[in-house]
Amino acid sequence: MMTNPNGIVTQGQFSFLPPLTDVQITAQIKYALGKGWALSVEYTDDPHPRNTYWEMFGAPMFDLKDPAGILMEINNCRKTFPNYYIRVMAFSSVRGVESPTMCYIVNRPKNEPGFGLVRQETNGRNIRYTIHSYATDKPEGERY
Amino acid sequence: MSQLSSNNETMKEGKDRYKAGVLPYKKMGYWQPDYQPKDTDLLAMFRITPQPGSDPEEVAAAVAGESSTATWTVVWTDRLTACELYRAKAYRVDQVPNTGEGTKTEAQYFAYIAYELDLFEGGSIANLTASIIGNVFGMKAVKALRLEDMRIPVAYLKTFQGPATGVIVERERLDKFGRPLLGATTKPKLGLSGRNYGRVVYEGLKGGLDFMKDDENINSQAFMHWRDRFLYCMDAVNKASAATGEVKGHYLNVTAGTMEEMYRRAEFAKELGSVIIMIDLVIGYTAIQSMALWARQNDMILHLHRAGNSTYSRQKNHGMNFRVICKWMRMAGVDHIHAGTVVGKLEGDPAMIKGFYDTLLDDHTPQNLEHGLFFEQDWASLNKCMPVASGGIHAGQMHQLLTYLGDDVVLQFGGGTIGHPQGIQAGAVANRVALEAMVLARNEGRDIWNEGPQILQDAAKWCGPLRAAIDTWKDISFNYESTDTADFVPTATTSF
Repeated sequence: MMTNPNGIVTQGQFSFLPPLTDVQITAQIKYALGKGWALSVEYTDDPHPRNTYWEMFGAPMFDLKDPAGILMEINNCRKTFPNYYIRVMAFSSVRGVESPTMCYIVNRPKNEPGFGLVRQETNGRNIRYTIHSYATDKPEGERY
Repeated sequence: MSQLSSNNETMKEGKDRYKAGVLPYKKMGYWQPDYQPKDTDLLAMFRITPQPGSDPEEVAAAVAGESSTATWTVVWTDRLTACELYRAKAYRVDQVPNTGEGTKTEAQYFAYIAYELDLFEGGSIANLTASIIGNVFGMKAVKALRLEDMRIPVAYLKTFQGPATGVIVERERLDKFGRPLLGATTKPKLGLSGRNYGRVVYEGLKGGLDFMKDDENINSQAFMHWRDRFLYCMDAVNKASAATGEVKGHYLNVTAGTMEEMYRRAEFAKELGSVIIMIDLVIGYTAIQSMALWARQNDMILHLHRAGNSTYSRQKNHGMNFRVICKWMRMAGVDHIHAGTVVGKLEGDPAMIKGFYDTLLDDHTPQNLEHGLFFEQDWASLNKCMPVASGGIHAGQMHQLLTYLGDDVVLQFGGGTIGHPQGIQAGAVANRVALEAMVLARNEGRDIWNEGPQILQDAAKWCGPLRAAIDTWKDISFNYESTDTADFVPTATTSF
């Protein structure tokens, strides 16, 4: 069990708020589409803070401009991977940005065991730190 | 002044022009009202308060002269050079609105000066500033002088590295998008032992902040030597990262008395796995550029505290405007710079601060007199520099902060986190909840400027720490008049 104030992984824009409803998610999708950003759905069972590449639930939806269609993709992903972390990302292709512009979690495993901190004592008082995701002690697909 | 004369035409090159003796700067070629600045010229705009009775054009020419090739008397050795090229040219002088007769302020003038690119060494803020602000601020002919703005030509920008990391890559490394970052300065800033100091860092980060920060004057003192601070802070950072699943950081201030010592501290920060280090503006332009090169080489975000700037940037008639510091620091290569909060305890007019933020973040800033931007500036794809808002801000102002400052900013709640009645973690929770609720509402299209207080109240219904923060600081605001304000205000224009 995680001991931070929320007891959950707090990556993303809205992890300190109550879980977003479909209506709230749709409003965020509309905001992104209004900015001309492409939306994408990604999932993982390894939420390590430096696990950059979550699996893509299909490529970013560059040509889908219908918020209901995008919400449907999110819900398809939730149905397929009900016990995974799922995030919605927005991408801007504007020169000078060309990078993600939004990222928020829309699905989580029922139990989030979190991470251990492994301290390797090295020279003198120096310590090398490893953040270890408890879930990854099990093979992919069998973690939650 | 004896140098003033009614015949102010530039004298023709030739024998008479170089006769030994003193000539007005205007006659020496430093005043050229017909000059068309070239794209490759570096442009500067000074606010001049001439000595009483002086001709403002002559004073502008004197500033141009003394910041480029001139000395007080004619020298024949000019004729060995392409001197007409190297002379800076004052090309425009305007009286500053609301100064001079009939106002409370003595007459001031905006003087525009163009400098040939070859006057400056590439990639050197030190060389640039030695010319532009080297001598002229002490000239007797000016009662006061302020460098208001500069236009840096693209050709010159391309000789600078720019921010070591930049806003975009910083976000990618931290895995944080679509909202301002949250930070706090460890308090009390002096006196904590390394162990006690790390406690504050751990609590703030675990509670929900992205960054904690050393203050500008935390270096290596008797109560806490730097290696102790670095070791304890990195334990706190890693422990908080494991507790939340987020990338966390603490700005380890590596400011020291010598470059050798700063490199030593920076290397240790890297060895411990820190994502970010910090320096103070007082280390000087060359030291800043060196640390920016080091940061680029070592995958490190470089935070700059603007310690000392108000000694020369605050008063309106003398010194230099902070927007010029912003330009130089983006060129010098820092990733973060403190640039004002609007609503906090430190100086800051909203329009002026908008100008600073745009200068740090835009690919291209158009001229905008209301924001104090006198020149259009193309940033030539130099990385963006993250502004930091720090000083007397709290969760109850979140709607104002988000409206004024936008997403690309680090909001630093020092007292507003550590002074929370329920503890440091609760303080961090209050700030993070307030921020996320406000970003969510803004994205939903709500009018956060007006509905902000209600949005916070609604979140406070389910978030006790936010409730306590609002109750504690609800009446705190810092409403003093700014000293650095725009000279131009928008006026309604009539169109026919």
